[in-house]
Amino acid sequence: MRRFVQLYEALDASTSTNDKVAALVAYFTAAPPEDAAWAAWIFTGGRVKRAITSTQLREALIRATGLPAWLVEDSYEHVGDLSETIALLLESRGLAHEHTPTVAQGNEPSAMSLKEVFEGIILPMQRMDAEQRVHALGRAWGMLGAHERFVFHKLISGSFRVGVSRTLVVRAIAEAFGLPRAMVAHRVMGSWKPSAQAFAQIVAPATTSADGGNAPSQDGLNQDGSQPYPFCLASPLEVSAASLDAALGPVTNWLAEWKWDGIRAQVLRRGESIAIWSRGEELLTDRFGELASELHALPPGIVLDGEVLAWDAQRDKPAPFADLQTRITRTRGPKPEELLFVDVPVRFIAYDLLEHEGRDVRARPLRARRELLEGVLHELHMRSGSASIGTSTVLHTGSWAELATLRGQARERGVEGLMLKRADSAYGTGRERGVWWKWKVDPYTIDAVLVAAQGGHGRRASVLTDYTFAVWSGQQPGTGELVTIAKAYSGLTDDEIDRVDAWIRRHTLAKHGPVRSVTPELVFEIAFEAIAESNRHKAGLALRFPRIVRMRSEKRPHEADSVGQVRALLGASFGASLGASPGITPS
Amino acid sequence: MPSDLLINTPDGLYCPAGDFFIDPWRPRRGHRAIITHAHSDHARLGADSYLCARSGVEVLRARLGAGISVQGLAWEEQVLVGDCLVSLHQAGHVLGSSMVRIEALPGPRASTRSIWVVSGDYKTQRDCSGELMQPVACDVFITESTFGLPVYRWEPRDVTLAAINAWWADCAREGEACIVYAYALGKAQSVLAGLDASIGDIFVHGAVDKFLPIYRASGVPLPRCERATAEGVRASLARGAGVMVVAPPSADNSAWARSLARKGKGLREAFASGWMRVRGPRRRRGVDRGFVLSDHADWDGLLSTIAATGAQRVGVTHGFTGVLTRALAERGIASWELKTRFVGEGEGEAESEIASETAAEGTRAPAEDGQPNAAGEEHDA
Repeated sequence: MRRFVQLYEALDASTSTNDKVAALVAYFTAAPPEDAAWAAWIFTGGRVKRAITSTQLREALIRATGLPAWLVEDSYEHVGDLSETIALLLESRGLAHEHTPTVAQGNEPSAMSLKEVFEGIILPMQRMDAEQRVHALGRAWGMLGAHERFVFHKLISGSFRVGVSRTLVVRAIAEAFGLPRAMVAHRVMGSWKPSAQAFAQIVAPATTSADGGNAPSQDGLNQDGSQPYPFCLASPLEVSAASLDAALGPVTNWLAEWKWDGIRAQVLRRGESIAIWSRGEELLTDRFGELASELHALPPGIVLDGEVLAWDAQRDKPAPFADLQTRITRTRGPKPEELLFVDVPVRFIAYDLLEHEGRDVRARPLRARRELLEGVLHELHMRSGSASIGTSTVLHTGSWAELATLRGQARERGVEGLMLKRADSAYGTGRERGVWWKWKVDPYTIDAVLVAAQGGHGRRASVLTDYTFAVWSGQQPGTGELVTIAKAYSGLTDDEIDRVDAWIRRHTLAKHGPVRSVTPELVFEIAFEAIAESNRHKAGLALRFPRIVRMRSEKRPHEADSVGQVRALLGASFGASLGASPGITPS
Repeated sequence: MPSDLLINTPDGLYCPAGDFFIDPWRPRRGHRAIITHAHSDHARLGADSYLCARSGVEVLRARLGAGISVQGLAWEEQVLVGDCLVSLHQAGHVLGSSMVRIEALPGPRASTRSIWVVSGDYKTQRDCSGELMQPVACDVFITESTFGLPVYRWEPRDVTLAAINAWWADCAREGEACIVYAYALGKAQSVLAGLDASIGDIFVHGAVDKFLPIYRASGVPLPRCERATAEGVRASLARGAGVMVVAPPSADNSAWARSLARKGKGLREAFASGWMRVRGPRRRRGVDRGFVLSDHADWDGLLSTIAATGAQRVGVTHGFTGVLTRALAERGIASWELKTRFVGEGEGEAESEIASETAAEGTRAPAEDGQPNAAGEEHDA
């Protein structure tokens, strides 16, 4: 645990990619394999079920320190992170208070290994009742050092995050053990149980299977053949339509498709089984049972890459993402007898083929994979006529200008823009620049007035960074009253944040708990992807992915937009979903 | 209330019985000012005459100019100011920082004898100045509350200073130069005094340098150091020597710092402050390391000092006023929040090298950030 905490702190403290990789390499080289397995698992997105609620954490703390509840809350409000607040208060306890601590232990690092912390404390805690958990937590505090407790709290509360991407972890493991990155990326995919053996398999010497052509399911950790491939990811295209020719070459070198606003998914049809994986590596097979049963008609040895979409059958186009969300939050798909009554029908739109007849075909050019894919889907339709499985349409155009025109229709078609995939490219591992581009439509923007603010979390805990914005309730700017329309958190530099923070403190009208209402004076330009009716804000509208573009210091508040103006966008917009469900990444 | 020895006026804390101000934020002609310490939010130019601790006189002159009329008092020496006996007691905050003890003599203005103590800023640890805060028995204690939350607790200073040396030694081995950002007055000298000069060469920013002769003259052993220049730093690195630069927080991200070496390219930065105890501010500073080193009392230090004064009433100024008044109320000590314009230990911004009214306005005023506390305010009424 000590080594893992040092790694966490090194990753947390550094902003340099090289430093982070160096810290990871050093860790994976030195850690015993059973610990390295847990670290690799948690860093590649493995999630521990929450072993304790924040209320139980607070209770245990109050018991251990004798601090009054209000003081714990005030401390939390200041620190902005419960795991850290509790670690700091525990470290200080006994000094500040005359109460006898229930766990009289020092703050020195413990001798426990990472594996012991997971298997000896965290996993058993998940099976306990509330009272037992509070006791177990007290015991754990006694065993762990001051710095370890913070990371431990992150692990047991299910909120463990650290600023390293899966790509970086894969790179570090590959570097530490002299393996090709793509092979490590593949081996850590899917769900596997952390153990010394699992780690040994991840770092085993390269086998021929990694070069493609062989049965790839043998190489992974998932014994049941449900090992997915690393997803190929797109980079945002940020060049003007006029310079596309110069930047990307002739349009004919590229396959263009609509960019769907659904759930990116990989379908694995191997042996007798079907598995549907999200990009967040969550198994979705049960949530979309009707898709799974149709996909079963595929011959074994097929892996498809595509998108799960909610489908508006009447208008024959995708339904808003919000509809799809109602399906994600369900734990089980509809039972077969309910299929007729499914309120939100879904479709799987395939756009790539990764495995064919049991062989890894990712190294073949996209054009060839696309041909194979169409053949596979054609056969499926001939055999079973499955209506919910389709292929994405390839948009054939003669010029970039034509394609740009099509992109202009994205909103009315219910898509986010276009995808451009190089026709001769192999299927990439992760975000390889120049292979896949996403060419999204430009976001909407409005001018809104800052009316309230509150402190952020984590890095921004002590600074007011969470802003609430309002627009005029009338048809025109400056008419009616200001009504709230959105909250936004990001988009300003640290320097701007500090200046706005100082301004807010000097212009606070009233405090309602942590929220300050301020003089409506500052105007900001807000960008967002879509708009929908909603009762979340007083304006009766909600924006999807609102973020601050810039401060409009030249604008006076009466020049900000009105509900009438924003509403006019509603007609042009295609419904909105409000945030994604945790763990599932809309592509 | 008529028996109050000090009242809060728009110009600052005022003692009618003695006709003087303590740390006035708007000193004017005709004012007498007692100064607890020379930080810019406590020591301002404009009063006719100043009184401070003898070891703080030169520090105050360095801040306000050689032309001020200032009188130095020995520790615990009592002087009669108006109808009051005034004495200064070590506060341990920076060199020459004091707590002001005011004893009203029975007379036309006060019917009974009462003792007030104004803390200014204080800490319970001994720093390089050698001065150490001793709680002073009183009826009413005016305390700061900069770090008035139980998450703030300090390690012994030696531990932190050793950690700074260990970090410097690591960087020196890598051939990288170090900068520690620390307040020019007090913190910077503490860091310098704690440095292990065998690791390499020590450089200082001009704002820090200004106070070194004063610290040395009062007997503080400081290592040899020179003004930081790009040439000097480069020459030391070229010789393979370790480099440590001590600079005020305002130098962070400045052209001056960039001229020494480029961020992330041979330059490692650290910030020394009590706020570094919490991860958010530590990360926000964007430096390589945050060392928890403060010249203020931590939570335990505040509570133990207040208890040791035996004060029956406690006025709480700048910092977490709401939290501390509520905690005191729970301990049966009557307390109230006292709004002042002291800013305590800002995250580097407060202790600006330019002391001005606008600077104080522009920075976060922690005094307004405490939790409102009805119980505390009642005592004030």
